[in-house]
Amino acid sequence: MRRTCLLSMYELAQADPRVVFIGSDITKRDLEKLAADFPDRFFIEGIYEAHIIGLAAGMALSGKIPYINTIATFLTRRCYEQVLIDVGLHNLPVRLIGSGGGVVYAPLGPTHLAIEDIAIMRAIPNMTIVAPCDKDEMTRLMPQTLAWPGPIYIRLAKGGDKIVSRADRPFQIGKAILLREGKDVLFVTTGVTTQVALEAADRLAPLGLSASVLHMHTVKPMDEDALLACAGRARVVITAEEHTLMGGLGSAVAEVLLESRLAGAFRFKRLGFPDVFTEELGSQSDIMKKYGLSAEGLVKTAQDLA
Amino acid sequence: MNNSSLDQRSREQRRDILRILEVARRGHIGSTFSLLEIVRVLYDHVLQVDPLNPRWPDRDRFILSKGHGCLALYLMLAEKGFIPREELGRFCRFEGILGGHPEYGKVPGVEASTGALGHGLSIGVGMALAARIDHKAYRVFVLTGDGECDEGSVWEAALSAGKHKLSRLTVIVDYNKMQSYGSTAEVQELEPFVDKWRSFGFAVREVDGHDVPALEGVFGTLPFEADRPSAVICHTVKGKGMAAMENNPDWHHKSKISDEEFTRLYAELGFPR
Repeated sequence: MRRTCLLSMYELAQADPRVVFIGSDITKRDLEKLAADFPDRFFIEGIYEAHIIGLAAGMALSGKIPYINTIATFLTRRCYEQVLIDVGLHNLPVRLIGSGGGVVYAPLGPTHLAIEDIAIMRAIPNMTIVAPCDKDEMTRLMPQTLAWPGPIYIRLAKGGDKIVSRADRPFQIGKAILLREGKDVLFVTTGVTTQVALEAADRLAPLGLSASVLHMHTVKPMDEDALLACAGRARVVITAEEHTLMGGLGSAVAEVLLESRLAGAFRFKRLGFPDVFTEELGSQSDIMKKYGLSAEGLVKTAQDLA
Repeated sequence: MNNSSLDQRSREQRRDILRILEVARRGHIGSTFSLLEIVRVLYDHVLQVDPLNPRWPDRDRFILSKGHGCLALYLMLAEKGFIPREELGRFCRFEGILGGHPEYGKVPGVEASTGALGHGLSIGVGMALAARIDHKAYRVFVLTGDGECDEGSVWEAALSAGKHKLSRLTVIVDYNKMQSYGSTAEVQELEPFVDKWRSFGFAVREVDGHDVPALEGVFGTLPFEADRPSAVICHTVKGKGMAAMENNPDWHHKSKISDEEFTRLYAELGFPR
C-alpha cells in the first residue's frame, strides 16, 4: 500500500504542477523516478518533522500541494503543534502520509506504534482522515486528494494486505462503503480491520448471524448518513479499529449513534486497544489478535451481543 | 549599540500603540517597543507589498514569528492601508479581528498565524522554496525573538535554510536579551549568537535595532551573500523609549495598566494623554 501510494505520486506530480513531495529521511525505494523527473518538486529533508510540517505549510501558503511521507508516529505526535497550527488552523492542502498506521511496526515496540494517531488528528478542525484498506483502494484515493480542500491525514497499512475493496463500489473521500450486507450485526471498520470483519462475517453466516461490513475509510468527516442507515437495520453494532479506544473510530461512531434517534435500539461494542501501552512485540496480527481484533474476536463479540 | 534616541515618528508610533493599549488595557508592550523600528523600516523601505491586493502573488512575505509583538505589525498595517485604522480600537475585542497574536485569513496582510513560538522560520523556508520552484523573485522575511530561539524548531529551520542556500530568505532576530522571566543570559544563554547563525549557513550582520538609518542601510544590502540565507541580528531594548519599561520583565506582557501609568508614559514621549 505504501508502495502504491508513493508510486502514484509520479502521476500526481505529472498531472498537477502544484504537487510537491517531501520525505523525511525515508527509503529511496520507489521514489527514484519521481526524484529524477521532478527534481525541483522532490525534497528529501532531514529528521526534523516539526520543521517539515511548517515548511510544507509555507509551500501551501504559496500555492503548492505538499505531500509528506514519514513514519506515522513522527508525522502526527512528534510535530502535533505544527500540524494543528501551521496546517490545521491555516486550513491548507497539505497531505500527511503516515507509514505504519496502527501496530504495523509491532516488533519495533511502542515508540513506533501509531495507535492514537486517529484520535489526535480528529481533534484538529479541518483535518480529514482516511485509512484505506488495501492498495487498490489507495489507487482510487490518491487522485482525489488533488482537489480535496484542506489537510488530509492518510494512514498507511502494512502492505500486502488482502484485496477486499471493489472496483464496482465507487470510492469517494467522506463516503463509507458497504462491502457486505446483513441484517443482524453491523461491523464498522477502517483500514485493515475491514478485512478482519469480512472474514468474521463469513464465519458468522453458518452460525445463523448475518453481518454487514461498513468500511469507514474516511474516519473524518464521518459519513453519518451511511452509518445511521446501516445501524438502523442492525441489532448489534460493533466497531473495530487498529487504534486505542480513546477517541478513534469507535468513539466517533458512538458519538453519532448516541446522539441519534437510534440510541438504545441496538447493542454496541467497540473493539480496539485499551488504554495501555502494548507490551507485546511479535507481529501486527499477534497484537491485534490479543486485543480481539481478529476474525475469532469479532465473531465471539458478535455472538455475545446477538 | 542601542543607545540611539527615538525620532519623532518613533515617538508618535509609541503614542499610537499606547492608545490601542488604553482600550484593551493589556498587551505585550515591552516586546512591541523592542521591534517597532524594525517593522517600521520593513514596511516603509523594504517590503514590496500592495495594501490593495494583499495576496498579490509576487509580493514579499513578512512573517512576525514572535506573534506577541503584533501591535507594531497592526499599526503598520493600518498606516499602510491593509486594515482600517478604526480596527486598532477593537484590539482583543470580541468583535475585532486583531488579537493578541496575528491571524492569517482574518487580518489582511498577515502571512501566517503565529503566537506559538518557533513556527515562523519553517513557514518562511517553505515560502522561499516555493518561490524557487516558481522562478519568482519575491523575498521572505521572518522576525523572531531571542527567547524564541530556545525552540529547537528554529534551529531545524535554520539547518534547512542553510542546506537550501535560500538567499531570498532573511531571518531578523529581535535580540533584546530579555525574556519573560528575566535575561536570556539567566534563562538560556544564546551566545555566541552570531557564530551560531553563521555556522548554520547564514550570512550575518548586526545592527542597532532602533537606529532607523542603520536598519535601512543593512536591509538595503540584502542578500548579504548570493548563495546563503541572511540573518540580521538586531540589538534592541525591550520596552525601548520608556524608562520604567526598559529591560523590566514586569512589562513583558502587561495587564491592568493604571491611568497614572498611562499619563506618565505619554508624558515621557512628550505627548498629552
